[in-house]
Amino acid sequence: MNPRPYVRKVERSWWLQHPRYVAYMIRELTSLFVGLYCALLVVGLVRLAQGQSAWEGFIAAFSSPVGVAFQLVCLVFAIYHSVTWFALTPKAMPLMIKGERVSGTVIVGAHYVAWAVVSIVVLIGAGV
Amino acid sequence: MAKSNKPILWLPFAGGGLVAALITPVLILITGVLVPHGVFNLHYATIAAFAHNPIGKVVLFGAVALPAWHAAHRLRMTAHDLGLGRGIAIKVACYGSAGLLIFAAAGALLNI
Amino acid sequence: MSETITLEVLRYHPETDSEPHFQNYVVPYRDDWVVLDALNHVKDNLDATLSYRWSCHMAVCGSCGMMINSEPKLSCHTFLRDYRGGVIRVEPLDHFPIERDLVIVMDSFMDKLSSVKPYLIPKQDKPLSTGEYLQLPGELDVFHQYTQCINCLLCYAACPQCGLNGDFVGPAALALAHRYNLDSRDGGKDARAEVVASNEGIWECTFVGACSEVCPKHVDPAAAIQQTKISASVDWLKGLLTPGAHK
Repeated sequence: MNPRPYVRKVERSWWLQHPRYVAYMIRELTSLFVGLYCALLVVGLVRLAQGQSAWEGFIAAFSSPVGVAFQLVCLVFAIYHSVTWFALTPKAMPLMIKGERVSGTVIVGAHYVAWAVVSIVVLIGAGV
Repeated sequence: MAKSNKPILWLPFAGGGLVAALITPVLILITGVLVPHGVFNLHYATIAAFAHNPIGKVVLFGAVALPAWHAAHRLRMTAHDLGLGRGIAIKVACYGSAGLLIFAAAGALLNI
Repeated sequence: MSETITLEVLRYHPETDSEPHFQNYVVPYRDDWVVLDALNHVKDNLDATLSYRWSCHMAVCGSCGMMINSEPKLSCHTFLRDYRGGVIRVEPLDHFPIERDLVIVMDSFMDKLSSVKPYLIPKQDKPLSTGEYLQLPGELDVFHQYTQCINCLLCYAACPQCGLNGDFVGPAALALAHRYNLDSRDGGKDARAEVVASNEGIWECTFVGACSEVCPKHVDPAAAIQQTKISASVDWLKGLLTPGAHK
């Protein structure tokens, strides 16, 4: 048995060494923007509970140029989260119907349909 | 090595991932694009009425709490990937923040 | 003078070297050669001191895994023609200690593999006289892809969590556990859970997916692990809701 095997150190910048890992890190960081947007929504709920003028102040704040810019960044990352999440779902939940494996495309497609339906329902609800 | 209790953290993370994927983009579209451009108005009376309704409370809570938890767990794992370690400080920062958001959301909704 | 290509190979002889270092070899370029052919040419004609593992030369034995231009590949499955005109950097697989030159120490993997109990644990003991365990083709289909692992360790080299935590049980071992958990003849999921569903098991995985991308046999260990996370979480909930129930 070799008494001196050489152990190579893993650099802190390991994820910058290959496009695959950079893409992974971007995918993971989508959750940061989802989280930050949730914080914005929580502020909204708190303002809602405080009454009409507090609520209208909240609307003015998130409609400001800074508010909009922040939310557009969040939107890009949130969409990337959705796209990557749907793409991975068939691997985590393979579906067998009557002994035949349901194709990944169908499972992903069903998620896009659900995404469209939920979005339309929320838009209708909020537009009223 | 023993069976882990990770599922208690992972199940809401997985649920939150799906909720975030389905609902967060359209919410940002509304608050980040449609309302600032005057296409939609989120009238206090309408939104408050929705939040007053028990089903509305559950929907609003779910749309906020689950994605917040998802972000917390994912950022905790990513912190480890970035070399920030896996100590108690990271866990408190991540789950603590999510916990604060979740409590604040629950508190606000129960007061509407 | 016929065409050549340069290999930049990581060398390490522990008896003389304190650290690994690169050494260049100029080898003939042939359209139908793989990196393994180039290494064999080096060993036969240029430098007999170069050490590396190989056997079948046809991507079934899993011996010749190496980092080729920073990508985990089987050297018998990597053609020179895809690197024509460039330099091919050859290093031992990432995330394992280097034994010598391109040979890694894989003892940790052997331990991890046996720790997941990779053998049938029948639901009930049957005496031999009752005959074989029967299995339908459809039941084999469910787990067949997870039987294809050749233990080449490319997945361990690709997985960042393997790099960050040497205790992570890892993709191949967890995929093999899944192979048995899915087998209709098996009843050993709980016995395996001690290791598989531990913090060093499935829960170390963050679904990077690199393992499945580099797997030469399309085993898809990432899928195996995510499916196991769901199954382990369901079992955990059952354990919570029905404590003490015998499974």
